[in-house]
Amino acid sequence: MPVPVEDLWSFVPELWLAALGVLLLLFDLFLPADRKRLVGWAAVVGLLFALVPVLGMLGIPARTIFFDSYAADGFAVFFKIIALTSTILVILSAMDALRGQTGFEGEMYVLLTFAALGACLMAASADLILLALSIELVSLSSYVMAGYFKSDPRSNEAGIKYFLFGAASSAVMIYGFSILYGLTGETNLYVIAERVRTAPGPALTLAVGMALAGLGFKVSMVPFHQWTPDVYEGAPTPVAAFLSVASKAAGFAALVRFLVVAVEPGPVDWVAPIAVLSAVSMTLGNLLALPQRNIKRMLAYSSIAHAGFLLMGVAAHRGDFGAPGLLIYLLAYTFTNLGAFFVATAVGGRLGSDDMTGYAGLAQRSAGMAAVMALFMLSLAGIPPTGGFFGKFYIFGAAINNGLLWLAVVAVANSVVALYYYANVIRVMYLLPIPSGEPVGGPGPLRLALGIAALGTLLVGVFPQPFVALAGAAAMLLRM
Amino acid sequence: MERYLLTITVFLPLLGALAILLIPKGREELMRWVAVAAAALAFLASLWILGPYEIGKAGMQLQERYLWIPGIGINYHLGVDGLGLPLLLMTTLLSLLSVIYSWRVDLRVKEYLFLFLLLETGTLGVFVALDFFLFFVFWEITLVPMYLLIGIWGGPRREYAAIKFFLYTLVGSLAMLLAIMLLYFSSEPRTFGIMELIGQQPLAKAPTLAALAFWGFFLSFAIKVPMWPFHTWLPDAHVEAPTAGSVILAAVLLKMGTYGFVRISLPMLPETFKLFAMPVAILALLGIVYGALVAMAQTDLKKLVAYSSVNHMGYVMLGVAAAAGAVGIPEKAHAATIALNGAVFEMVAHGIITGALFLIVGVIYDYRAHTRGVNEFGGLGARLPVYTGVTMMAMLASLGLPGLMGFVAEFLIFVGSFGVFPELTAVALTGVIFSAAMFLWTIQRIFLGPPNPRWAHLPDLDRREVISLAPLAALMLIFGVYPRALLDVINVAMTSLVTVLR
Repeated sequence: MPVPVEDLWSFVPELWLAALGVLLLLFDLFLPADRKRLVGWAAVVGLLFALVPVLGMLGIPARTIFFDSYAADGFAVFFKIIALTSTILVILSAMDALRGQTGFEGEMYVLLTFAALGACLMAASADLILLALSIELVSLSSYVMAGYFKSDPRSNEAGIKYFLFGAASSAVMIYGFSILYGLTGETNLYVIAERVRTAPGPALTLAVGMALAGLGFKVSMVPFHQWTPDVYEGAPTPVAAFLSVASKAAGFAALVRFLVVAVEPGPVDWVAPIAVLSAVSMTLGNLLALPQRNIKRMLAYSSIAHAGFLLMGVAAHRGDFGAPGLLIYLLAYTFTNLGAFFVATAVGGRLGSDDMTGYAGLAQRSAGMAAVMALFMLSLAGIPPTGGFFGKFYIFGAAINNGLLWLAVVAVANSVVALYYYANVIRVMYLLPIPSGEPVGGPGPLRLALGIAALGTLLVGVFPQPFVALAGAAAMLLRM
Repeated sequence: MERYLLTITVFLPLLGALAILLIPKGREELMRWVAVAAAALAFLASLWILGPYEIGKAGMQLQERYLWIPGIGINYHLGVDGLGLPLLLMTTLLSLLSVIYSWRVDLRVKEYLFLFLLLETGTLGVFVALDFFLFFVFWEITLVPMYLLIGIWGGPRREYAAIKFFLYTLVGSLAMLLAIMLLYFSSEPRTFGIMELIGQQPLAKAPTLAALAFWGFFLSFAIKVPMWPFHTWLPDAHVEAPTAGSVILAAVLLKMGTYGFVRISLPMLPETFKLFAMPVAILALLGIVYGALVAMAQTDLKKLVAYSSVNHMGYVMLGVAAAAGAVGIPEKAHAATIALNGAVFEMVAHGIITGALFLIVGVIYDYRAHTRGVNEFGGLGARLPVYTGVTMMAMLASLGLPGLMGFVAEFLIFVGSFGVFPELTAVALTGVIFSAAMFLWTIQRIFLGPPNPRWAHLPDLDRREVISLAPLAALMLIFGVYPRALLDVINVAMTSLVTVLR
């Protein structure tokens, strides 16, 4: 059966991304070692080109292409925007951070491009096989990137650990998919949704539970979170930024599409377990973040906690606050968490360590850097007028609207715990005396990425209306 | 111009704060002038409100309303009435005086002034915001500047006090956020508008949810007030905060809590508040007696003033609880009005008096004796006549001497709440005795008796200190002798509030 030509039009961004990856690989071959930065700029430009057709798809009605195996809807577009934007920012931040630490700078940008392609595919896959393949594309690129510093044992450990955990959970997930296939005779999510009604409960529960292992691994959901702190700590900081944002967002896209489209009509109540996992994730993440003295480990545990908050949005997906809330939260989290990692890149690059003591007196060494870091910490803690607050506002509202008041109360308690360690970063930067007067500058592209992240964090908090409209449309289109 | 008067008043300090950020390092004097100019302009703008404001008219005036996040029904909505206006004026005045007083702060001046003006915008916004989302944003904006003001410019235990303040208040804020959400999702059509929600009474038919919402708001406001037993952050924060921070904390930030009770809890959930009026009144009573007794036991002057705040805020809450207890009983409406008038009057009185007291503590501690031990002084009266005069006036006003501002407030509260909770009010009166004893004893220990030779060299108030203290002393006297000037404004709002409750 031939593929209709108009289907290809909806697939242009992905095609372009694949071509871009290959082109960058070739481009890298012909560049001298000291000009590898050009690959990064080429990747940024290429990704910006990919963003154009994606933005062009914003208004179009939802449909599926390639024989219903691939969704072209607002939901997918929203996540593609997040994936591409965060990859662009990560590449900007990586441009000088990598120089001197690795001889393979150019390949990093290639891998990031392929990972971005995988994230886009994940967001739109409407077929179990395609979903599994796209998850593997993101994962394989990430495994390599996590262990990128070959001479650094911690980076090696990060790569190996990420690979072992990832491979195991992917295997479990695929086994779950196969059970689901056995129950419904289909791999297409929309057809599964029709047939799952009559599926036997216990077997379906097993299948969904196993699928959650793989998706939960991607989003750092407890109990599939153990890799997170070690990998974030060992991986190059820009890679940790990518994992904590783009990869996590794609994981949530797949998780929501899988649960809400395919499993929702079935006889299994998945909301209650997700709500419990949400509560456990945020509580464990926050409590373990408290004693951390390494900024990247702290951000890792904080990202587990934020996965918990996002899961709260998944559990409370019904109503006009639910799914949009999840999307707004993710958007705010994207800017904020990227920004926090970018500061970590700058400070870590300057001091050669990610220990929190390096941040002492940062307010007096680099006032601007400290100010944006404070902004990111406040946004992560959910203090207005930041995007993080607006996302939290939405998700709390969703929980109450869905009758999950208990979960909202757990989230409130968690927000207070979280404030303690986020405020600690502010304390270290502003209250502690300054050990030495050298400013922490950071190279130009990194500062540009930081500025965009800070601007995004503030914009979502102060003028959220366009994002509300965007998220509302994206969430609406999910239901076909 | 008048159409945007409230916005101008609220955001002038922020504008000044941003301007200060642009001033290069080393131009500290210029930064100070910009800060004083911004605070002074905000004060003038708030005085300007008195022009178009019609005192005899109930309801919100000078309203501004624009769509902000129409997707979920959030508006930028400001307005002022007889409850908000006095607090607004008090805030701009005290902020201006505090900036003037802070002239000699020379540690990280730029950050200090930036945070101070940001704090002012947050507090001003709280008193005029009429949309819950906006209200919450302003409410929370005050946290970070205060945290840093205590944490950077505070006393020896500043880090502990700062984070304690931050965490305590955040617990309350988030509880309030849940309560706001409960109201929002019960309203039809859904709205975050405070006035609209008061009109709708969305939780009137859902007593359980109403109780949850009530306690959510209660936790938030009670921590801010602070009511016993949520007060423990207050002595720490006050003692460690820099002088100007203490002034704003006591005079303005605490009022946000009582303002919330009167503006939100009372009209939004009247039946529920009535149900819990007695327990709230008992907590207020405990605060009155406990605050006064603990204050008496203090030897640290700043701590003493801090605990006297617990005592005075207890009076305010007693008045508010009495008004809540009178909900739905027409024959007690008159008593409720008097109690509420007294409560709001006390908010302003406490702001002016305690603001002055913290400045007074700062004068002796920051730049002169560098100690706050009440027992270490003695006989200062002969050495520092002007300082002694102002201090005695403020302390006498605080203990409720007739002719000064505090008396009017306490008198009204007791008269009003006696009509609703006679037994509790009788016990509360003992608090007046304790706090009178406490302040008189303090005056005796510091200013009377044989002069301590250690302080023979202390200079009296300088010009800048007089500028910061004189207006407050004058107001204590003016509103003590002629309270009508203030009461007329308050009374219109409180009468219409009680009419709604009845």
